[in-house]
Amino acid sequence: MKNIMAIRITGRFIHVWQRNATVYQRIWKISFVPPLLEPLFYLLAFGIGLSALVGDVTYRGFQMSYTAFIAPALIAINIMYNAFFENTYASFVRMYYQKTYDAMMATPLSLEEIITGEIIWGATKSVIATAIMLVVISLFGFIHYPHGLLLIPLALLGGVAFGAVGMYFTAIVPHIETFNLPIFLFITPMFLFSGTFFPINNLPLWAQQLAIVFPLTHVVHVSRSLSFGQMPPELLWNLGYLLLLCGVFFPLAIVTMRRRLIK
Amino acid sequence: MKTDYPSEEFVVQVQGLKKTFGDFVAVDGISFHVRPGECFGILGPNGAGKTSTIRMIYGISPITTGCLRVFGLDITEHWRTIRSRIGVCQQENNLDPDLTVQQNFEVFARYFDIPKNEARARTQELLAFISLQHRSDARVEELSGGMMRRLVLARALINNPDLLILDEPTTGLDPQSRHQVWEKLEELKSQGLTILLTTHYMDEASRLCDRLVIMDHGQILVEGKPIELIQRFVGHDVLEIAHPSDDLREHVQARRLEHDDLGHRLIIYSHQGNTLFRSIAGRYCTEGCVLRMATLEDVFLKLTGRELRE
Repeated sequence: MKNIMAIRITGRFIHVWQRNATVYQRIWKISFVPPLLEPLFYLLAFGIGLSALVGDVTYRGFQMSYTAFIAPALIAINIMYNAFFENTYASFVRMYYQKTYDAMMATPLSLEEIITGEIIWGATKSVIATAIMLVVISLFGFIHYPHGLLLIPLALLGGVAFGAVGMYFTAIVPHIETFNLPIFLFITPMFLFSGTFFPINNLPLWAQQLAIVFPLTHVVHVSRSLSFGQMPPELLWNLGYLLLLCGVFFPLAIVTMRRRLIK
Repeated sequence: MKTDYPSEEFVVQVQGLKKTFGDFVAVDGISFHVRPGECFGILGPNGAGKTSTIRMIYGISPITTGCLRVFGLDITEHWRTIRSRIGVCQQENNLDPDLTVQQNFEVFARYFDIPKNEARARTQELLAFISLQHRSDARVEELSGGMMRRLVLARALINNPDLLILDEPTTGLDPQSRHQVWEKLEELKSQGLTILLTTHYMDEASRLCDRLVIMDHGQILVEGKPIELIQRFVGHDVLEIAHPSDDLREHVQARRLEHDDLGHRLIIYSHQGNTLFRSIAGRYCTEGCVLRMATLEDVFLKLTGRELRE
């Protein structure tokens, strides 16, 4: 099984990525808007509106404004959202409604290459969103350089991790509406409780332990450290956790997708 | 289209091919060969196993047991080489709705590693072939069903295939579009392209196929040339009598004429239709009595029965 899989993934997956990039080129003007405006909305609402109530935040010995605290989390959230939504709703539409995968499987592409191309594309969308947000947030002076540039490879890693998780759900959901379930059970709790809008040590101990399991917690922590110009060795643990997630969900997405599409 | 097959006697070789889904046997040990340059048809009612068979042939569905070779290559081992040399026209119009017509072709060409310039030239050539060059910038959803079908067919030719596989190429098309698709397929055939198609339209099979098999319940019932099958199983003529009288039924049975009694309709198969028609029409029916040529549809219904398949 493992042997077959190795042969079935070649560089041809790039053609699947290119297909999505070709579509993106048609609609990039619209796709650009959300990552451009969303951080502005959040920074205005939370930074200006809420920070008056919250005041400064102390995070791992550093004191900072509330706006500076949440800015890197907004990037982390977008890394999650872009890859996850691309590889759930958008991939599902291609697979189920548009029969794009069926057409591809009648060409020299393998299913494994199709899934790989889709996940790498999802991660690419995370990277694009991160790059745009980086520019916007840098204008506020919340990003420390050159460390901040490492947010780009972080977006790629986090994008592959969340994309693979999304692809796994795409392989197992019966209907497009079923995506509400993983979103309600995983994505929304992660959005709120991953140290995004408040430090996780404000949570009760059991909830803190749960938050450690959330992949987003790790993306947020790396993003925040890099934005402050910090690179403590412990970040390797966070990156290792994300790698582990890729290592588990990427093959899982492929195996479940094979089960769904190859009959 | 390439016509030379140096070491390959058959384009497709199927031997004892079987496909099961759990307990259900979709394809039950079938064997047939497709020769270079011929148009080979797989006919059968819904659920006969046609699509399962060709999905195995283009390597999208793993075979359960048996032997399947395309261009002399084993499908399980050489699926990628085989797929790079075939064109597949699937049942659905799965053009990419996110792309224009031209982009559809160019993106598809990339899947075959066709260089960009070559892909562009080939796209123009193929759009001209199906007379749609003026729609190259159109979005897929703006096109009619017939146009989409022609595009799917043309897209399947992007890699200059040695074998074209079509799964129900004209299902759901209006008569004009069907005839257009047939003309294009005939043109391709005359250029020497090997074609394998499934259909449940008998007129389509008669017109296009050099040889065919009729499948039912996963098995091949018969194999042969359309004309030969008609001769062998039905004869030359068919007499159809609406609302047959009991006298006629007795007459038919007494003369041991080969027939099908559908209750409200009696169908008599014959080799001397004219004389039979005169003798029967004069005596037993005043109206609703028709003499016609036997068709492949008669063979099909005779072999697969008349009950509905749902």
